[in-house]
Amino acid sequence: MARVLVGVKRVIDYAVKIRVKPDKSGVVTDGVKHSMNPFDEIAIEEAVRLKEKKLASEIIAVSCGPTQSQEVIRTALAMGADKGIHVEVSGKDYETLQPIHVSKILAKIAQNEKVDMVIVGKQAIDDDSNQTAQMTAAVLDWPQATFASKVEKGDKEITVTREVDGGLETIKCKLPVVISADLRLNEPRYATLPNIMKAKKKPIAKVTPKDLGVDVSPRITVVSVEDPPVREPGVILPDVDALVAKLKEGGHV
Amino acid sequence: MSMKKILKVILNEVPNKRSFSLHTLSPEHRLLQKTCRDFAETELKPIAAQLDKEHKFPARQIEKIGDLGLLKINVSEQYGGCGHDTLAVAVAVEEIARGCGGTGSIVSIHNALYNGLVNRVGTQEQKEEFLGRFTGGDLGCFALSEPEAGSDVSAMSTTATPCGDCYVLNGTKSWVTNAPVGKAAVVFATVDKTLKHKGITAFLVPLSSNGVTLGKKDEKLGIRASPTCNLILDEVEVPKDNVLGEVGGGFVLAMTQLDYARVGIGAQALGIAQAALELAVTFSKQRKTFGQPICSYQAVKLRLADMAVRLEAARLLVWRAAALCDRPAKSTKESSMAKLAASEAATFITHGAIQILGGMGYVSDMPAERHYRDARITEIYAGVNDIQKLLIGDAVIQEN
Repeated sequence: MARVLVGVKRVIDYAVKIRVKPDKSGVVTDGVKHSMNPFDEIAIEEAVRLKEKKLASEIIAVSCGPTQSQEVIRTALAMGADKGIHVEVSGKDYETLQPIHVSKILAKIAQNEKVDMVIVGKQAIDDDSNQTAQMTAAVLDWPQATFASKVEKGDKEITVTREVDGGLETIKCKLPVVISADLRLNEPRYATLPNIMKAKKKPIAKVTPKDLGVDVSPRITVVSVEDPPVREPGVILPDVDALVAKLKEGGHV
Repeated sequence: MSMKKILKVILNEVPNKRSFSLHTLSPEHRLLQKTCRDFAETELKPIAAQLDKEHKFPARQIEKIGDLGLLKINVSEQYGGCGHDTLAVAVAVEEIARGCGGTGSIVSIHNALYNGLVNRVGTQEQKEEFLGRFTGGDLGCFALSEPEAGSDVSAMSTTATPCGDCYVLNGTKSWVTNAPVGKAAVVFATVDKTLKHKGITAFLVPLSSNGVTLGKKDEKLGIRASPTCNLILDEVEVPKDNVLGEVGGGFVLAMTQLDYARVGIGAQALGIAQAALELAVTFSKQRKTFGQPICSYQAVKLRLADMAVRLEAARLLVWRAAALCDRPAKSTKESSMAKLAASEAATFITHGAIQILGGMGYVSDMPAERHYRDARITEIYAGVNDIQKLLIGDAVIQEN
């Protein structure tokens, strides 16, 4: 049975209307509702299903961030993860934390915990990077199965159906492996009340990037964060010639 | 923006405007709140209007609510429950009621009246049969009121006549929530009318018992997803082992259980009020008159402010009463205050929401009218507010 590490990120809730800070340094996060990245919910759900099928033995939920990140770890525990690891990254370090850092952190923990599978959401809904799974696999030198919409586990390998631009691609990977979960992989369960109560007793260990030997110094500087331009109203044109003229006028062709 | 577009935005929008509350829930309660809110948004909100229109019981949704552990919130783990507290019931009920007022009623009464009482005073065998063996979407009822005995509980005339190793029950109970679909009921009957309230005894009665029939389903103004009817008992034999608590101790059991029930109904009122307030705010930001969104007018702002404050105040009272319920000391006054404040807040807020929506508040295209109808019951059941005020007045006088 595989030992599974699942990365879960605390992000601004998908339903919240994002507001840019007046000083353009970022978006408003104070007092704003946060929750687990939806793709990470799918990742946890997949891990829990593997465990229910007796294909996984232990699920470790990991989150990198400030103290509040423990909330998403708790949600993961309530969904069925066995234990949590909170990698404490706060303040300025957190603002510039990038997939390059997170992938090294996850890789180190994966090695420490001797896991066979790392499952993460394909991307986080705040930065849309879609890099962590790929970079983690590279650091570990493990095969990667990204945009997974179906995962079947054999004894020492997995068969994954991936959603790619051209359609669906099916690949086989040897364990250990890194998987990134796509939207249609599964439908995450609600955390039932009995599981929420059980989760109270599950441990959450706290470590720092330093403990893991990972340097989280910033590799980027945020220059400015702005709203996208306001959408212009459309115009109905009489024919194709008028369309081409308008496009040329706007410098689009 | 056209009315059609506003409708579309509001009916599809998933607003999360719960940013006002000052009280912090524990992580477990927050997780529970999240589960319930997500469930209500996905499974209840989209069908609430239809349930109301068709007067339909949400059977499938109740089963799912059971799967989440929400039909056994405060039942001991031994009997398949979660052993959680009254605040958990309040949090769960509020979120469910925010999705569908009627479903909130079903879940509130089942947890706070039926489960709560049996779990509190039942014997091991009683709990095994009437809690432990409840699975999936099984529901219980609390049959106290009668056509001639509402506020005047001890005027009840359902009799329990001893007969060997059982009692024979005869009479009619009214307004029994969940009776049309329930598995069992706590039925209050008197063993001796001359003893007045000291004759009242609580009995555990499976609804499949011989002699139990259901009256016609009540046609209600609101909470129409919650099924209620009369429970008619005709020579119903109930084993002596099914006496809940002591013979003659039923009145006290009912009164003390109502302290919990009032928290549950208060929570339901909060959920309905929250839904109405969110609707009013969303609408006022979209609807334009004289070239401006109506939320920019003082008239609307002042009204929203009044609504918001009453909701917040009521929520704190409900949560306080919930916390006190689980402590040994009596908290009748606090429970009554919570129920009074929350129900009046709900009727005030739903009234105000219709006013803000104007004509659109009056038609069923928008949920405002349904919230208004759903809210009204909260000032009536679990003890009419007039009685609540008497209880509170008496308590305040006695304390000082």
